[in-house]
Amino acid sequence: MDIQVRKEKNATIVAVTGKMDAVTAPDYEQQLRRLMDEGEKTFVNDFSGLVYISSAGLRSILATAKALKAVEGRLLFSGVTGPVKDVFEISGFGSLFQLHDSPDTALKSVG
Amino acid sequence: MPPRSVRYEARIENLEGILRFVTDCAGEIPWAARRLPDIELVVEEAVVNVCKYAYPDQGGEVEVRCDGNDTALSILIADSGVPFNVLDAEEPDLSADILERQVGGLGCFLIRSMSDRAEYRREGGRNLLDLTFLPGGKAGGESGDA
Repeated sequence: MDIQVRKEKNATIVAVTGKMDAVTAPDYEQQLRRLMDEGEKTFVNDFSGLVYISSAGLRSILATAKALKAVEGRLLFSGVTGPVKDVFEISGFGSLFQLHDSPDTALKSVG
Repeated sequence: MPPRSVRYEARIENLEGILRFVTDCAGEIPWAARRLPDIELVVEEAVVNVCKYAYPDQGGEVEVRCDGNDTALSILIADSGVPFNVLDAEEPDLSADILERQVGGLGCFLIRSMSDRAEYRREGGRNLLDLTFLPGGKAGGESGDA
């Protein structure tokens, strides 16, 4: 798993590529936590390069989303496709979060 | 393919090796390539459960056995740890919002949802989780070729 962070005017884009599994998911959570500590509150997870996610990844996302709620932050998603989308849908994450086609449309919805 | 099995120390660091073994086995069965995302996910969830909960006091092993043909792929996950039936785990509330939603429980749910059949038995002091995947599997069938 690889994580690229890009700060835009109104949100931080976190592009995650590869596999988010029991081994790698804690890295995602720690990285997001660090960005939150720096004051970032609105995140767009660009998952267009993510090919696999397991419950460990879902747990890290949910833990991050809960922490963001507490500071009135937001977690949005773009590029959720293929097996990752299947897992999102079957676990109810598809309705828990806003899923956008691209980081740009996600940014527009933030306003 | 003839049945094959591997044994590993039940530790998260060994997940990659176990998944590679399962992927190799599935690679020998033409239809199984299509179900690989489901297979990999279910095996990860089952193995991670063993690593986290089977041996609370000291280490132990996990055995993974694959046996497949034109009509089915069977993957057996076995450990000698404390009795635990993953299929009895409580269903997560999928409609809860972010704050109410429980962080745990999803792994067991994914095992049940993404496999075509999951059977548990306790035998000879071991937990045996028998996972079956079929060519036209339910999870793969629903999402089509997308």
